[in-house]
Amino acid sequence: MTATQTFSQRLVNAVRRLPLDMTIVAPLLALIVLLIASSLASEYFLNTRNLTNILRQVSYTGIIAIGVTFVIIGGGIDLSVGSMVALVGVLLLFVLNAVGDPVLAVMVGMSAALVVGALFGLVNGLLVTRGRIAAFIATLATMSIYRSLALYLTDAGEVVSNNDIFPDIGGGYWLGIPIPVWAFFALALVGHVLLFHTPYGRHLCAVGSNEQVARYSGIRVRTVVLLSFIIAGVCVGLAAIMLSSRLNSISPSDAGVLYELDAIAAVVIGGTSLAGGRGSIWGTVIGALILGIINNMLNLLGVSPYLQGLVKGAVILIAVLMQYKRSQ
Amino acid sequence: MTDAPIRLHGLGKRFGPVTVLRDINLDIHPGEVLGILGENGAGKSTLLKLISGVYQPSVGQIEIDGRRYDRLDPIRARQLGIAMIPQEFNLVPTLSVYENVYLGQELRRKGWLNHKQMREETARVLASLDCDLDPRAPIAALSVAEKQMVEVARVLVNDARVVILDEPTTVLTDREVEVLFKVVRALQKRGVAVLFISHKLKEVKNLCQRLLILRDGSPVELCDTANLDEEAMARKMVGRELSQVYPDKGQPQTEVALSVAGLSVAGQIDDVSFDLRRGEILGLSGLVGSGRTEIAEAIMGLRQRSAGAIHMNGKACDIRSPSDAHQQGLAYLSEDRQGRGLVMNFNLIENMTLLSLQRYVTGLISHRRERERAEHYQQAFNIRAASLKSPVGQLSGGNQQKVYLAKLLDIEPSILMLDEPTRGIDVGTKREIYRLIRQLADEGRAVLVISSELEEIIGLCDRVLVVREGRIAAELSDAQINEEDIMLYAAGARERTPAGVHS
Repeated sequence: MTATQTFSQRLVNAVRRLPLDMTIVAPLLALIVLLIASSLASEYFLNTRNLTNILRQVSYTGIIAIGVTFVIIGGGIDLSVGSMVALVGVLLLFVLNAVGDPVLAVMVGMSAALVVGALFGLVNGLLVTRGRIAAFIATLATMSIYRSLALYLTDAGEVVSNNDIFPDIGGGYWLGIPIPVWAFFALALVGHVLLFHTPYGRHLCAVGSNEQVARYSGIRVRTVVLLSFIIAGVCVGLAAIMLSSRLNSISPSDAGVLYELDAIAAVVIGGTSLAGGRGSIWGTVIGALILGIINNMLNLLGVSPYLQGLVKGAVILIAVLMQYKRSQ
Repeated sequence: MTDAPIRLHGLGKRFGPVTVLRDINLDIHPGEVLGILGENGAGKSTLLKLISGVYQPSVGQIEIDGRRYDRLDPIRARQLGIAMIPQEFNLVPTLSVYENVYLGQELRRKGWLNHKQMREETARVLASLDCDLDPRAPIAALSVAEKQMVEVARVLVNDARVVILDEPTTVLTDREVEVLFKVVRALQKRGVAVLFISHKLKEVKNLCQRLLILRDGSPVELCDTANLDEEAMARKMVGRELSQVYPDKGQPQTEVALSVAGLSVAGQIDDVSFDLRRGEILGLSGLVGSGRTEIAEAIMGLRQRSAGAIHMNGKACDIRSPSDAHQQGLAYLSEDRQGRGLVMNFNLIENMTLLSLQRYVTGLISHRRERERAEHYQQAFNIRAASLKSPVGQLSGGNQQKVYLAKLLDIEPSILMLDEPTRGIDVGTKREIYRLIRQLADEGRAVLVISSELEEIIGLCDRVLVVREGRIAAELSDAQINEEDIMLYAAGARERTPAGVHS
């Protein structure tokens, strides 16, 4: 009896010693439970192809969610990311089709996507920091503006790439894993380092917790917030590259629709507080995975697609309720 | 005074294995002011929370009008006539005075709000407190003292029999304190019992008839105030002899560290000039709202200066933001520790290194070096916390203040401006902080101390500037540093004499 107790205590202590933020333990446990339940519920779930597919599906919104995590930690929100994906994608394909040499075109196009994404993020950031418009309202407006521009530039028609090597990026594999998934995890690693191991990350948390304290501590609050929106924009640029190269085209009306909600959902499920000040990149990665697996399971089990939104909503509510309980 | 409507029987509280309060037996009589004294963490707040129903007792009972209760909740306690005026006021800033007074207990007529009656009742209660506030004034426009009056009015419309005042004077000027004391005496006359918590022994001595002194969760003494002088109170609180609260005065050097000339901020401060020397503790005294904090914030670049020059160590400085000031070796401790000083959900380490973070970066932040530095401060300042990774919001006020000081000191400033450095802190910790400030000065730093507590200014500072209406009203040194002179200048009863005796 005592032996098992000491063992369980030791186990608990060992888990505590792991370099894990306690806030991500709950989402991690949820993910593990979900994985076990899914593999029992459907024989196809653990199929390599199925798993690869889930990861690929998750990576597009996951990349965006990592950017949105930064904005939310800084006390903001970005609703425009979905529309931004479409607009950046459209501009990316325009550039790609305009340059003759295919290799050069891909390089120029990808750089352009990241730069343009950063610019759109900058616009959001300036509206919030200089224009002093609440982030919710500012990005609600740019959500409408970016989508509208994408539709106008293309006359609402799909833009198709005429580049032969571009599809190899989003559709390609390395060591058996799709390239967008590599991009997702690499970005998560970079994001984690930025958030926890650099002064910028620390300053962002301080600003999100209490702007006045940050100001009195000599932190340039506006610059820090502005950068968080730019980070989100660059992440959108990366997502747009992966998405449009996978399809080798982009639809201005369909691309990125409701991605902002998936991204925010992933952030919240991952334990980042919408109030700002604290958050976890790995939490967001787990949140995105949870959403992706649930979607996949509902499809495998033949649940009506009309009910999938209900399940997603329920998961978000449960995640937030658990956070609320913990913070008490 | 013989019948006690409220009796506490062996009240105690445990949190898990830790007993934070035990053996409280107390009769609370109508019309008495009962002081509760104790260091931070002695169990004062726990006792108040038990009485007001926020916490439930682990042992013991609360007897009210002959009926014994094992547990109360805040609503039940309020119905039984127990009201608490918290340190942080619970007022809705966008609503008016009367709407706040009746918040949650609105008067109705046929289901609709009866604004007229609520306004009239509020005006009547305020008048009985000698307070001429307009019941329609929005809360956001009120001063701290006026907000406190609104809290008192809210309690009175409830017909409270026991009013708990938790450190009510920390945020008030001396004049406002007098008004509050009048109000407390008026409550007393109505037969209301007042529980008064304060760190200021003089106030307790003046106001309270009886005293309950707590130490480490146990009652040390319950006695008449008349039998105790302030020193004896402090001794019983701390449980050991308190040698001299203030350290010896220092030997300021002649070298000027900070020189401010003609500093002005439109509408707030006007033509402020002074020199601060190395090794010196310079006091900045004056009534709340006189512009003391504004002077410090203008120097830090937190307020837009309309005129003025700042020299540090002989060189002209253009300080536009706190980060400019930090780079020049100038640090400022805000009076608002929780709102401007520390990030409450950051842990001790993250707070201590927030200003100096760049020093811990070699490519990436070295968490190891950060932790080592924090351990150093924790030992040096005797900071009590469950862990260096606990959020500072969980620490007591005194320990938070030590973390805040560590945060400033980690940029190794040569000049410090400390705004209310001991606000809301117990005697023992105050003494530690005074010693630390003196030590910093003795090491050759220049220290400016802003304080509303005259005793602190007199006991600690080598030289004192009195601020009135945004101007320096007087400069006092040596024997001129006494309560009377400072108050005369601060209140404007005496005009500026040619600058005081220069050393």
